[in-house]
Amino acid sequence: MRHAIAPSENVENNSIAVTDLFKICTHCERLNKKDLGIRIPRPLGSGPSRFIPEKEILQVSKVDASTQAIFEDAFAALRRLDNISLVMSFHPQYLESFLRTQHYLLQMDGPLPLHYRHYICIMAAARHQCSYLVNLHVNDFLQVGGNTKWLNGLNEAPQKLQQLGEINKILAHRPWLLTKEHIERLLKAEEHSWSLAELIHAVVLLTHYHSLSSFTFGCGIMPEINCDGGHTFRPPSVSQYCVCDIANGNGHANHHNDLLGNQEMCGEVEELMERMKQLQECRDDEEASQEEMATRFEREKTESMLVVTSEDEECVPSRDISRHFEDTSYGYQDFSRRGEQVPTFRAQDYSWEDHGFSLVNRLYPDVGQMLDEKFQMAYNLTYNTMATHKDVDTSMLRRAIWNYIHCMFGIRYDDYDYGEINQLLDRSFKIYIKTMVCSPEKTTKRMYESFWRQFQHSEKVHVNLLLMEARMQAELLYALRAITRYMT
Amino acid sequence: MEKMSRVTTALGSSSITGRTMFCHLDAPANAISVCRDAAQVVVAGRNIFKIYALEEEQFVEKLNLRVGRKPSLNFSCADVMWHQMEENLLATAATNGAVVTWNLGKPSRNKQDQLFTEHKRTVNKVCFHPTEAYMLLSGSQDGFMKCFDLRKKESVSTFSGQSESVRDVQFSMKDYFTFAASFENGNVQLWDIRRPDRYERMFTAHTGPVFCCDWHPDDRGWLATGGRDKMVKVWDMTTNRAKEIYCVQTIASVARVKWRPEKKFHLATCSMMVDHNIYVWDIRRPFIPFATFEEHKDVTTGIVWRHQHDPHYLLSGSKDSTLYQHMFKDATRPVDKANPEGLCFGLMGDLAFAVNESLVSSDGGRKPYPGGDRRYPFFSFKKPNPTEQFAHVSSALSVFETDLDSSRMDWFVKTAQLYLLSGKPFTELCDHNATVARELKRPQVSTTWTMLRIMFSDPALGPNHSLSKLGGLPLMNSFSMKEMGPESRLERCKGESRQDNIHLEPGNSHISNNNEENEETEGSDGPTEYMFGDAELDDDDLYPLEHDNQTVAEEPVYTLPPEAFQLRHEIIDNPSVPEHLQQDKADSPHVSGNEAEVACLTPIESFSLISISQPLYSPHLHANFFCPIVREMLSHYAERGDVQMAVSVLIVLGEKIRKEIDDLTQEHWYMSYIDLLQRFELWNVSNEVIKLSTCSAITCLNQTSTTLHINCSNCKRPMSNKGWICDRCRQCASACAVCHHVVKGLFVWCQGCSHGGHLEHIMNWLKNNSHCPAGCGHLCEYT
Repeated sequence: MRHAIAPSENVENNSIAVTDLFKICTHCERLNKKDLGIRIPRPLGSGPSRFIPEKEILQVSKVDASTQAIFEDAFAALRRLDNISLVMSFHPQYLESFLRTQHYLLQMDGPLPLHYRHYICIMAAARHQCSYLVNLHVNDFLQVGGNTKWLNGLNEAPQKLQQLGEINKILAHRPWLLTKEHIERLLKAEEHSWSLAELIHAVVLLTHYHSLSSFTFGCGIMPEINCDGGHTFRPPSVSQYCVCDIANGNGHANHHNDLLGNQEMCGEVEELMERMKQLQECRDDEEASQEEMATRFEREKTESMLVVTSEDEECVPSRDISRHFEDTSYGYQDFSRRGEQVPTFRAQDYSWEDHGFSLVNRLYPDVGQMLDEKFQMAYNLTYNTMATHKDVDTSMLRRAIWNYIHCMFGIRYDDYDYGEINQLLDRSFKIYIKTMVCSPEKTTKRMYESFWRQFQHSEKVHVNLLLMEARMQAELLYALRAITRYMT
Repeated sequence: MEKMSRVTTALGSSSITGRTMFCHLDAPANAISVCRDAAQVVVAGRNIFKIYALEEEQFVEKLNLRVGRKPSLNFSCADVMWHQMEENLLATAATNGAVVTWNLGKPSRNKQDQLFTEHKRTVNKVCFHPTEAYMLLSGSQDGFMKCFDLRKKESVSTFSGQSESVRDVQFSMKDYFTFAASFENGNVQLWDIRRPDRYERMFTAHTGPVFCCDWHPDDRGWLATGGRDKMVKVWDMTTNRAKEIYCVQTIASVARVKWRPEKKFHLATCSMMVDHNIYVWDIRRPFIPFATFEEHKDVTTGIVWRHQHDPHYLLSGSKDSTLYQHMFKDATRPVDKANPEGLCFGLMGDLAFAVNESLVSSDGGRKPYPGGDRRYPFFSFKKPNPTEQFAHVSSALSVFETDLDSSRMDWFVKTAQLYLLSGKPFTELCDHNATVARELKRPQVSTTWTMLRIMFSDPALGPNHSLSKLGGLPLMNSFSMKEMGPESRLERCKGESRQDNIHLEPGNSHISNNNEENEETEGSDGPTEYMFGDAELDDDDLYPLEHDNQTVAEEPVYTLPPEAFQLRHEIIDNPSVPEHLQQDKADSPHVSGNEAEVACLTPIESFSLISISQPLYSPHLHANFFCPIVREMLSHYAERGDVQMAVSVLIVLGEKIRKEIDDLTQEHWYMSYIDLLQRFELWNVSNEVIKLSTCSAITCLNQTSTTLHINCSNCKRPMSNKGWICDRCRQCASACAVCHHVVKGLFVWCQGCSHGGHLEHIMNWLKNNSHCPAGCGHLCEYT
């Protein structure tokens, strides 16, 4: 279906039927096109993801009935089936919850008008230079009657949205710096002020799209062929690179099937399982002192900062989205790097279940419930498999990943031994997580391939889902805490 | 605490005294607990663990249990409990999963006694057995409950909640072996302490986590639970199935619930988020709290009644780092502040009014309304009150019906339906609307439309054109025209309007005979046309000439919310438009314009008049010149309650006037009008208005709530699918029952049997048949 849409649009005026065109060999076709002056778009890559081979991803024709139904729903609601959904269809249960939430946030009753919602999505995705999501929502934005002028940059948007720029920036990169003063500034700006309900809606959208950008980069989502950047008019022989590939330094030709590495990593899964088992067994034996636990958390936190994603080169944002930035220099920065010690966020003092949920549900009914389901779904999703092994309890691993991400945001669980993280997550995996969560635009295919080599793609997508939800929850917790503080 | 079942000493000997007081803690509290003799209270939190003595006038810090240089997470308490038998024994639940017991009898500074680190996650709750000295129960986030014997080093038994986090555990008062546990997934389980393998009973109490539970202190088998769904429920556990007997809806998620000692039906609650108050509820009256304590500045985290037999003292700890003792007599009683009167309008103007009976009777013979004849059946009912705490209340309910003879809002409905707001040239719209208003006997409105046409229509069209049309209009005050020339008329109008400005009370002697004349000529506009409004208007405007009453003194007993009620325009209003115009004009340099204005405004009959006005018109006046006047006129209409006029003019004039009126006012008018239209079920008109409005806030109304939830006609289950196919029975849900094709477009269906089809088909079918075309046997009705 994806492949069908675009060509037909462009050949519409032509007397030659699409099928006729396809029968012509590529060379002649090119000539033909030149003669007629028609440019035929062709897909840049194959399949919805650059990282995952197309054949691995469920084809629309082959999916089972329940996934089919989800796809139908999604198509009916959005009039498209995006590549994100296709990649997520590895995990249909989650996908359903995800789509329901997203649909509710964007289309259903809510405090914000529709074009505002899409504009906020654009703002959020642009923070991470995620051109895929930006383009998607630019289209939606225009479709619901948004003002084209606004797309020239935040300066052209209403004052009200401009004010949101500040917390968009903070939430995307350093959510721990969000204070009640920020909230107050938004809520008390006279005629441009936000209502609490609107703000909650905006915050949920922002966090959702920040983390969705992470997912998009983390799974290497390709633009659909009918989107900007999803197709090329160049003949196939000239280039196989997509713009993003060049930016990220990886191309399709660059398949590194280093067998050596594979052999080396052969025992990886087994080793990991062994460690999990050990941890489970000897937990009672060695009881770390409280101080030890505290230092472990600090160590993990500081270490997470040392995991350098890449050189701090100034990434040049691609042209079309840069307009949404007012401050490109503002990027992720580790906690306490410049001596500004931010107090640790204690998960027990402000948790999603107890506090965040109530606040969201109070101000934006039903969304709390949906987010709650989505978080739980992501956190509890398991097939009890690891690579080729079956009946494995992966809860420990999942918890380690979740808590590691929260740890990067300075959220600490009193009842968690952060030593476990070191045991379970190896360095390449940590690099991947860190990159994806903090500066997703720098994720490369090499990173994706270099962690957990023996695991299946579906499992890597699963990890991505975990990362996405954990990141969203962390950002939300900081935002909601600030709002709560403002309210008290 | 209140959980004691064996009470050795009753109150009496050392009765508790004290006052409402508080002290600052160094850090936010997470939980508090009192010792049995009610003399000391322990406060625990992440960074605090202290014991305070409760003295007459103040709290005195007795002991800081947080000793040692390095703060350990074992001190970071999620919960604390003081043993009710052993004075020296305390237990805390730590956020890192440790359960710690403390022995105050220890000589050393560190009072820590035992440390159990069996839980893997945060321990949410610890609970001592009410009568057994050594039995301690804990419930943790990891889904396990553990029972400890304090004489042993580790737990005696472990109860598994099937991987759901435990939020609260409480030993039963009634049964020695039973305890209740509440879970994050909304369940409550009952366990027998002797049988760790399986729970005795489980039921779903709330949607979302159940944060707390509490057994009733009398042995009644009542269990109160509070959850994130903002409810407090009371369950009767004596029957086979747990039965919900009471339910209180609060305004925020319920973090703690505690039964009030000695009061069978009272319980105290506090919230985890947003709401900082402590409420005491009478569970039989779930709508309004019995008492409220409003001292805390941040969420209350722990509440406990000071003594298990004294209902007058409540202690509470909060995140705002204070510890309070509340005296019950100092509590706020929301009931006292609640408005005891209820007032409601029916759609067709009926008015229902409920009031405390004593108020009504004290008024004695006086009729609540001067127009007492309008007061239709009066009935009252008394509600016998079972509670001793509540004052005996009985209310009288009166219903005032409107006069059935005159259907009062007809004009509104008709006007809304007949007005043209767009689609034609401006002048035609004005003319049309003027005609509509005239036919509905609303001459003032009609004249206004005509006026607008004259003022804003393109002068190039020539005054002749417009005025000749105007001349054809029937004129409301024609009689006056005959009697006097335009000049004198002008004088009169001026004088009158000023008077009216000052006193809008028609009953006043200021009203000149002109008004009375108006009254006569427009006889149909008598009081029967009056729709509804507040009592003041009732008194003043409605019976201005019939009753010579000075009702001002007794009128404002009933005040209504200032909603935009539609008021019938009184004759008295008539001079008001000219008044504005004239007064404004009087200061303006365009004297000629002034006269022209008057000529237009005042009813015109003779062509001689037109000939006067013609040359004075247009050349000097730009359309913008009128804007301030029109703006005032619109505000005037809106204030009189006729938003219909205001909005209609706004739409018809469009750009000509829009900039003159600020957006908020416009939005307000639109909202009021749309609301009214929807009340009268004039959906099409309201939609048209929404569409034509230029306020962004209004136009987006069309985009909200456009979802229609439907059931599948085959399996009668809700359709969650967005397509045409029901995902349960895999069939096309919206097939036409007559032609069996899928309906795309207008679909009509029976709300009874959910069968339906193409509008035409169903209409045709039901002409000849009364049964459902699908053959389900339902008697469908097409209305």
